[in-house]
Amino acid sequence: MSSALIVARYALREAVRRRVILVVLLLTLCFLSLYALGCAVTFNEVESLAVDDQVDDRVLAGSTLLGLSMFTILFLGAVLAVFLTLGAVRGDAERGLLQPLVVRPVGRTSLLLGRFAGAVAVCAVYVALVYAAAVLITGIAGDWWPDRGIGPGLGLVLAVVVIAAISLLGSIFLSSTANGIAVFMLFGAGLAAGLLGQIGDALAVETLEDVATVSSWVLPFEALYQAGLHGLTAETSGITAVIVQLGPFGGAQEAGAGLWVWTAAYLVLIAACARVAFARRDL
Amino acid sequence: MPAALRCESLEKRYGSTVALGGVDLDVAQGELLGLLGPNGAGKSTLTKIACGLVRATSGRAEVEGTPAGSAEARAAIGYLAELFRFPDWLTADELLVLHQDLAASEGGRGERSELLGLVGLGDARDTKVAAMSKGMQQRLGIAQALVGSPRLLMLDEPTSALDPVGRRVVRDLLRELRGRGIAVALSSHLLSEVELVCDRVAILVGGRILAQGTPAELARPRGAEVETADGVRSFPDARREDVPRIVAELVAGGGQVYGVRLLASTLEDAYLEAVGAA
Repeated sequence: MSSALIVARYALREAVRRRVILVVLLLTLCFLSLYALGCAVTFNEVESLAVDDQVDDRVLAGSTLLGLSMFTILFLGAVLAVFLTLGAVRGDAERGLLQPLVVRPVGRTSLLLGRFAGAVAVCAVYVALVYAAAVLITGIAGDWWPDRGIGPGLGLVLAVVVIAAISLLGSIFLSSTANGIAVFMLFGAGLAAGLLGQIGDALAVETLEDVATVSSWVLPFEALYQAGLHGLTAETSGITAVIVQLGPFGGAQEAGAGLWVWTAAYLVLIAACARVAFARRDL
Repeated sequence: MPAALRCESLEKRYGSTVALGGVDLDVAQGELLGLLGPNGAGKSTLTKIACGLVRATSGRAEVEGTPAGSAEARAAIGYLAELFRFPDWLTADELLVLHQDLAASEGGRGERSELLGLVGLGDARDTKVAAMSKGMQQRLGIAQALVGSPRLLMLDEPTSALDPVGRRVVRDLLRELRGRGIAVALSSHLLSEVELVCDRVAILVGGRILAQGTPAELARPRGAEVETADGVRSFPDARREDVPRIVAELVAGGGQVYGVRLLASTLEDAYLEAVGAA
């Protein structure tokens, strides 16, 4: 078995043994139950209201609810990604956990790769499953299905992978607490920049749009999330589409294949930085 | 055959702080070397450079002729840090399995049983690290360091948390390892322990080796005491070969001699002299 796989298996076992997965699953069940209740009540109300003929209430309610759940899933995935990686290098080294592993003929790159793979396996599967559950709940409760189902899910998964990579890189330089705070601040900054971009778009303020564009390049998880939101109603048109795009948790923003290419390059860049930094780090 | 560990002009600086200031040191194959020195002397830094955990600023460190930190060097090394911790959710056996996997050891269950037995943890195979005392964890750490049959063992304060019985177990283990031809670099504050088991001792102070040699070489003669009818008389400059003459002179002078004791400085004296002179 390759060294990276051994370390990844170790990281996965740690997540299971420390009951991380159990706790996350239980709380996710609570979230999904609440979400199902919210969907049922909302679609019921929408049916009884049916106010404006120009607005498709079912699309508006469904996309808003699923957009809300995507925001929550991104947040939960980010929490998982950060907590599984925030102390992977410096934190573990300070506690004396890392040195016995690094002395083995594993190679520091394999060690990093293994920790990343372990965290990503947990986060990616989690995000994909919860997103699929949210789509199903929305569809069953309101008979509304997103225009594109798989793309937004993949975008969310990739967004969480990016956050895990940023957190792992940060763990080389920062102590666990400082790294956790830093990554969550970046996460918040990314979301705030996305909202500013939407405001800029609505008011035609170029500076705000530039802020959003730059932040999308620097922190692509936000752009992936916005692209996912856009995918939910990509085929929708008219006033409904306009209202949906001004959603409450960062507006939808169309992104082409360039975003996926940039995200892949971004991950490679982070991997290269992490490799060099970890190789030079005294333990 | 190359030395198990060779350090040449090894330097490590952290900014303006000199952790190691040009260390030359050899550990021969199968030799048990004691590294002595006060806190901050550079013992842990030297050990970490040998293990590839810390990069030297200049100079060279080699393990069996290969650069310290290389995969070949790390494959030859077993290491127990002074400040270590193992995942508390693993059992003793699972921890050793993990290290067997990482070291590509094919020893399997037999190796694990032997190692746990060697450190007196044969009954703790399924005990979780979280349920172990610090002393048990330290013994487990030694077992972990021995996974994969390393040819050089770097032990940084391996007995600091052990009770006298545990220390005895480790001392016996070190002797057994020497018998198997495994070289050991033992960093310790316990001079009596080092004196008991080590073939050679290096005293490190302020990042420099101030003295090295066998415990006997480091100990210096400090005269003789002769017990006579008039009491104990001291001869501080006397050496072993002077004793017959001294006794003969005392007897010729009408004295009665009941016993003679040659005095020599201990390793502790040598250590304190080296530290005091620095």
